Amino acid sequence: MIKVRINGQEQSWDGDPSLPLLWFLRDEVGLTGTKFGCGIAACGACTVMVDKAATRACITAVSDVDGRDVTTIEGLHPTGDHPVQKAWRQVNVPQCGFCQAGQIMQAAALLIDNPKPSHDQIREAMSGNICRCGCYQRIENAIHLASTGV
Amino acid sequence: MNIMTDSKSLRGFQKHIGIENVSRRSVVKALGLAGGFVLAAPVLSRPALAAYETGADKMPHGVVIDPRVFVAIAPDGTVTILAHRAEMGTGVRTSLPLIVAEEMEADWSRVRVEQAHGDEVKYGNQDTDGSRSTRHYLMPMRQIGASARAMLEAAAAKRLGVPVSEVKAVNHEIVHGASGRKLGFGELAADAAKEAVPSPASLKLKDAKDFRYLGKGAISMVDLRDITVGAARYGADVRLPGMKYAVIARPPVTGGKLVSFDASEATKVSGVEKVMEVQGWPWPSKFQPLGGVAVIARNTGAAIKGRAALKITWDDGANAKYESVAYRAELEDAARKPGLVVRKEGDVDSALKSADKVITGEYYLPHFAHVSMEPPVAVADVKGDKAEIWAPVQSPGGTREDVAKTLGIPEDNVTVNVTLLGGGFGRKSKCDYALEAALLSKALGAPVKVQWTREDDVRHDFLHTVSVERIEAGLDKNGKVIAWRHRSVAPSIASTFAPNTVHEASFELGMGLVDMPFEIANIQCENPEATAHTRIGWFRSVSNIPHAFAVQSMVGEIAHATGRDQKDMLLELIGSPRIIDLSSVKDLWNYGEPYASYPIDTARLRRVVELVAEKGEWGRSVPKGHGLGIAVHRSFVSYIATIVEVAVDDKGKLTVPRVDTAIDCGTYVNPERIQSQLEGCAIMGLSLAKYGEITFKDGKVQQGNFDDFPLLRIDEAPLVTNVHIVPPGPDTPPSGVGEPGLPPFAPALINAIFAATGKRIRNLPIGKQLET
Ligand code: FES
Ligand code: FES
Repeated sequence: MIKVRINGQEQSWDGDPSLPLLWFLRDEVGLTGTKFGCGIAACGACTVMVDKAATRACITAVSDVDGRDVTTIEGLHPTGDHPVQKAWRQVNVPQCGFCQAGQIMQAAALLIDNPKPSHDQIREAMSGNICRCGCYQRIENAIHLASTGV
Repeated sequence: MNIMTDSKSLRGFQKHIGIENVSRRSVVKALGLAGGFVLAAPVLSRPALAAYETGADKMPHGVVIDPRVFVAIAPDGTVTILAHRAEMGTGVRTSLPLIVAEEMEADWSRVRVEQAHGDEVKYGNQDTDGSRSTRHYLMPMRQIGASARAMLEAAAAKRLGVPVSEVKAVNHEIVHGASGRKLGFGELAADAAKEAVPSPASLKLKDAKDFRYLGKGAISMVDLRDITVGAARYGADVRLPGMKYAVIARPPVTGGKLVSFDASEATKVSGVEKVMEVQGWPWPSKFQPLGGVAVIARNTGAAIKGRAALKITWDDGANAKYESVAYRAELEDAARKPGLVVRKEGDVDSALKSADKVITGEYYLPHFAHVSMEPPVAVADVKGDKAEIWAPVQSPGGTREDVAKTLGIPEDNVTVNVTLLGGGFGRKSKCDYALEAALLSKALGAPVKVQWTREDDVRHDFLHTVSVERIEAGLDKNGKVIAWRHRSVAPSIASTFAPNTVHEASFELGMGLVDMPFEIANIQCENPEATAHTRIGWFRSVSNIPHAFAVQSMVGEIAHATGRDQKDMLLELIGSPRIIDLSSVKDLWNYGEPYASYPIDTARLRRVVELVAEKGEWGRSVPKGHGLGIAVHRSFVSYIATIVEVAVDDKGKLTVPRVDTAIDCGTYVNPERIQSQLEGCAIMGLSLAKYGEITFKDGKVQQGNFDDFPLLRIDEAPLVTNVHIVPPGPDTPPSGVGEPGLPPFAPALINAIFAATGKRIRNLPIGKQLET
């Protein structure tokens, strides 16, 4: 039996241990904030944090997170007011919004590692996250804003 | 001039070419009059107060203007406004209700937006495509708001015992000026509902100078907070008790069929519950499912793993030889010979013969896939002769019709719940994925979610067409353009509906080919034949992409050949400010809009060029290796000009330091969303110019995911995109915003690359063409 803490709550799984964490979260636990965009770690839509590091849930097996802490967009901040979330709203980042949970999780992880990222560091760190609607300019602006205090 | 009377929405179009023969408009009117309410006046069938006419009432089911359908007021004052169009990032779910709130003097912070399900009899046309929502609904939504306001005022006047002329709606209250008495919307709701819906003639619209929301700064999308906390619900996020998860293996070649399958390994996969055939329809299959083999499981991951273990034999059918390199040669061949003449002014042959110089440009644009971030997905729950669907669809009404037809049940028994769309770009105008879910749910007797993987999406899209565009421009000895022949060869969207289609439909020809706005004495547009071998569909801005690419690249080529500035050349070709007479075009589509209210006005075209040149500092000096390019295009009855600055380093690496775009979209609602749409078009435009290419071999799409169909990423994005909006004149009709930003981007980019490097890119994608 695999046991994993998701947003602080313990969840267990005795099915296929190779099941991607993405589908465990979405279909088995019912946390649908984490999105499916490619399944091959090429778009970042499924980004969650595993022990505070940005991780692609689509290529991470449930067995890989046995005994670990997973944070999804639903658990990023108790009231949804993480500085990144606030900055996202202030800048009106999203269009369709589908990539944004992954973008926000990636940005939040970036700010843990590097609280004041430069322009190039932001572009580098966010380059694994695709936004088909093309919100990149605002994503960058929002991360600057979050890093300087919203 | 002969203007098409059919507005060519997806379904309008099907109807036009005789694929579907439903006389629905008459049905609506009858129901509107005999509906559940006691109405003092008939439901307005069209924007009676509009200063301009639109094509809205020619769409399937037309327009419904009734405050009782769209507005509800709770006793606590909460105003609920229905959004009947689908949200895919344009902000329409916010902007249409905002118009109602503005006109009824509601306080936006006390407004709730509720999504209407698919019911066009009740709500009017719901097709969210063609960049139409604001242009068709600005005035109807204002009328709905004004009617609601008048009903509240009438109720308040009765309550206060004063003439209605003495009361006025002000920010969620009705105020009696003389006595200072006020009644909140909530207190008046019950009485107001008993008031008659006012007659159109009695409605008084707000003066534009009193607007609080319309055309003003930034109104955030109503879903903004939900999106940032993971609570926004997309199609993929719907979960029902007892729901099964399905993925489908579809025929790899369009028009192929299942021969046999072996599910023995698949059913051994942990979590897989069942494997079954899904019905497919013969090619051309419209929006019907392609068929194949479904794997049903307890979660999506198990279904995907099970599918990988299937052994399937397919019959590839008639398109098994489709191959992109050979097909391109076929298109080029066709473009070099005369084709069906679709516009003719003067005598282009003799003008080209007598020309001092002829410049020829032949341009190739490949298939693109939509790849909305959310791949197609749908949930269906079919019980007996009733079906309920939850899906991200741009066409809730069309989906309802198609589900009913596919299951053989009455439309009234089908409920279509419209979720948020994780991107659409035209892909989600086609409801094949919802039909698959309906078929599977019926077969299983349980709710089913059908999830498309990214590979499914890329390989079974309704692709953007592939085309060769060839332009010959004849110049006299003074460098003046005296002849223009444009041949466009591309398989048509119509091929998805009707066999043996070889010509572009009028709505495709009308996207930048026959409506080309230059002042040239001899013009001929031709459309040689092309046969489709895959599903072709509407992709954001559609045929405007290849047509504008060719026309605006050619302007750059002529400017270079004559040693003139690109912008000056462009303005010279546009010519004098005038309303263009296109009576030479037999079937001018004009985006389904009456030409009287939406003519091609070259003064507006010139203005966006001049505005972008001024704000974008055209002619500024740029560092070595940089270049500026410009392009302009009218589409979806809006006018857009774009300047792109590129930098190309000595290895051929392309970056975009700056983009400026000017738009004239007439009267507008939410400038914040106009800006975001145009920022997005710069990204999408750069993405398709740099990388976008779907190719076929042995009838099969060769790409599958973002590793071989790359999209632009943040580290390649333009450093800055500036958007400049032309302030509307009084009563300028609203026009499109979601799509028109895209067509001018690629040619502006290509003209800039030429300015920077002297290399003329005529084939997309750019790929490695700049590498040295
Ligand atoms: S879904 Fe995991 S990176 Fe795309
Ligand atoms: S907002 Fe639509 S994909 Fe990013």
